[in-house]
Amino acid sequence: MASMKHASVLALAVLAAACGRGEQASHTATPEVAAGDAAFAAQFREKLLDAKPGDVIEVPPGRHSFDRSLSLRVDGVTIRGAGPDKSVLSFKGQKAGAEGLLVNANGFTLENIAIEDSKGDGLKVNEAENITIRNVRVEWTGGPKTSNGAYGLYPVKTRNVLIEDSVAIGASDAGIYVGQSRDVVVRNSRAEFNVAGIEIENTVNADVYGNTATNNTGGILVFNMPALSQQGGAVRVFGNKVTKNNTGNFGAKGTPVSSVPAGSGVVVNSNDDVEIFDNDIADNKTANIIVSSVYSTGYKADKAASEFDPYPERINVYGNRLSGGGDSPDGFDLKALKTALYGLNGSFPDVLFDGYVNKARKQGPQICLRDVSGVVNADGPGGYKNPAKDARPYACELPKLPAIDLKRG
Amino acid sequence: MVRRFVPFVAALCVAACARAPAPVHFFAEGQPRSLADWHVVEVRDGRLAPNAGVLPYDLNTPLFTDYAHKLRTVWMPEGQAARYRADEEFEFPVGTILSKTFYYPRGEGDTVLRSADAGFDARGLELSKVRLIETRLLVRREDGWIALPYVWNAQQTEATLMRGGELVPLTLVAADGSREQADYAVPDQNQCAGCHGNDMKTRALHPLGPKARHLNRDFAYADGNANQVARWAQAGYLADAPAPASAPRNADWQDATQPLDARARAYLDINCGHCHNPKGPGNTSGLWLDAATREPLRLGRCKLPIAAGKGTGDFRHDIVPGRPDASILAYRMVSEDPSAMMPELGRSVVHDEGVQLIRDWIAAMQGGCDTGASTVADAPSARVASK
Repeated sequence: MASMKHASVLALAVLAAACGRGEQASHTATPEVAAGDAAFAAQFREKLLDAKPGDVIEVPPGRHSFDRSLSLRVDGVTIRGAGPDKSVLSFKGQKAGAEGLLVNANGFTLENIAIEDSKGDGLKVNEAENITIRNVRVEWTGGPKTSNGAYGLYPVKTRNVLIEDSVAIGASDAGIYVGQSRDVVVRNSRAEFNVAGIEIENTVNADVYGNTATNNTGGILVFNMPALSQQGGAVRVFGNKVTKNNTGNFGAKGTPVSSVPAGSGVVVNSNDDVEIFDNDIADNKTANIIVSSVYSTGYKADKAASEFDPYPERINVYGNRLSGGGDSPDGFDLKALKTALYGLNGSFPDVLFDGYVNKARKQGPQICLRDVSGVVNADGPGGYKNPAKDARPYACELPKLPAIDLKRG
Repeated sequence: MVRRFVPFVAALCVAACARAPAPVHFFAEGQPRSLADWHVVEVRDGRLAPNAGVLPYDLNTPLFTDYAHKLRTVWMPEGQAARYRADEEFEFPVGTILSKTFYYPRGEGDTVLRSADAGFDARGLELSKVRLIETRLLVRREDGWIALPYVWNAQQTEATLMRGGELVPLTLVAADGSREQADYAVPDQNQCAGCHGNDMKTRALHPLGPKARHLNRDFAYADGNANQVARWAQAGYLADAPAPASAPRNADWQDATQPLDARARAYLDINCGHCHNPKGPGNTSGLWLDAATREPLRLGRCKLPIAAGKGTGDFRHDIVPGRPDASILAYRMVSEDPSAMMPELGRSVVHDEGVQLIRDWIAAMQGGCDTGASTVADAPSARVASK
């Protein structure tokens, strides 16, 4: 323990010298919206209770305040505002409820609206199909803080989900988080100043494209966690801009994302069948691309659900435009590793792999890397003692994954 | 069919039969504005008491709701009975009305007492001594259960439907005189489903309390103590019930003579299991705390959190054997932050006695969850940077 403390001081000194936190970007001011009609809050709650399939519930311009969470349980309902900078559901000062809006209903659409300052998650959609989230802003207006709610947009156990043209700012876990779902498109959205910008977790069939993830701790994460309803896979991350995700990790320890080092661009953790292509990934100070195992987040095999596969396999990286980054990794181990391998002023190459592999798999992990400056295997299993820079094991080919078709015409 | 509860009704009548009360009225549709329209519990002669034919009941281990005391009742139409099921709630007939009145013993001034629920007095609740908060009805209609929250007025003469719910600020005074503020939350009608909609696929509401394992205990009826399962059967409210000794039975969480594990599991079952079960809203976490779950990992032992956010309290595992101070489960029970606390609904203050039980249970577990390997998560700078 004493040595950890020393390491901490050392790391801090190194940070102060080399990391340039002082020049960290700060988040921009939230739009000014005047308070809405005071009667609307109660009316809105009643409309959610009385909704019938096919209803469109309009939210007029203004900041509408709620001290308790809202929920919807009727299929086929649309909640529509006048625009994400005009119609705001504000949960500042919320006293009860673990989210802003909780939805357990199929065919739900939320559009042209903002959810601000919920105590917990902004929008949670639990166990539902055919979900559309369009032109929605979820924001914690005080900037990135551990006390912010965990998830901004949070569909979980859902099927056929479209999130587009939306914005998530300040989540203490993930800005846009899709968990344990199937057939998902997240596109043309922006995630800023979250711990994780966009996170696809234990989700099968997802396309993440045209998004901007910047100033998060980690930009776009594709994660698999043990002991859940399904393992994820078949995720494509393409055509995104993933830059300068260097905000210090402000997630609560113990959460999966709290182990994400600041300065992570695209992170694949314990997922199989992930394709990363045609992205602009730059200036993420730990590494532009990280491939890792849940072993790197404190997981031990003997405690796991026996059916869980902790190893990332069939990861296909090609055709991305990568630059900068890797110059100031977060965390003592990575910092020491970088300095040992590349010197104080050197940088990690584009791809960092923690090195956990299933030794019984004779074709290896099939992490196929093209068009990257290099890769370092950090030797996580060996305590970072024998890292390797050899790129040859990663020269392989994988078939391309099919596009997701939500069949929405 | 023999009319039920003759002794019970007779006892009530001695006190209250000055005028004949209207019988219970089942509304097959609509949402009556006043609780009185149902005639399930009645304000009469300074007391709130169950109407004729309405049977009060209690649970071995109840849900904690900000130290509220609870008067629970069941009523079914003449000639109707629930069918016994060992593990799920009984199969109740259309027309069943369950009621739960939340109240507190009054303290000085506007305060209420933070005290253990002493159980139901067969004469009813003496209104000068209690503060009534709300009465919730669960009504079984043709198309399923409907939940209706009625909030009592300050005069305690009438409870009015409050579909949107509300926050009721309370000052709780403990036996040692210490005070605590509570924001007692009357749920909005959708939030009723947050607990009672315990199957996310069907989204149907279900009663939670009236299951064999919760009901299988004695109750102080007006005509003496009797086992509730037996009494329900005797009264014609329950068909196909086995003898109480053959029915499952949860422990009484407060009964120190019962095994610690059984008391803790009973507490988790009723307080957490309605969401944290394989079909419930908490199944996204992979943590299952219902009575049927046996696998240690599912029960949280050395389990990594999934979407707990700051509910982790900076801890790594739901339960670390022997270490309640390092266990997320205990942390979420002592949090009063809506985004970190568990349960998510129905609690604004900490249940100290319940927390102690769960802490004792974790402390008694053998083993550990030492992760051993040096990990990125252990790296100190990530934490320093966030401060």
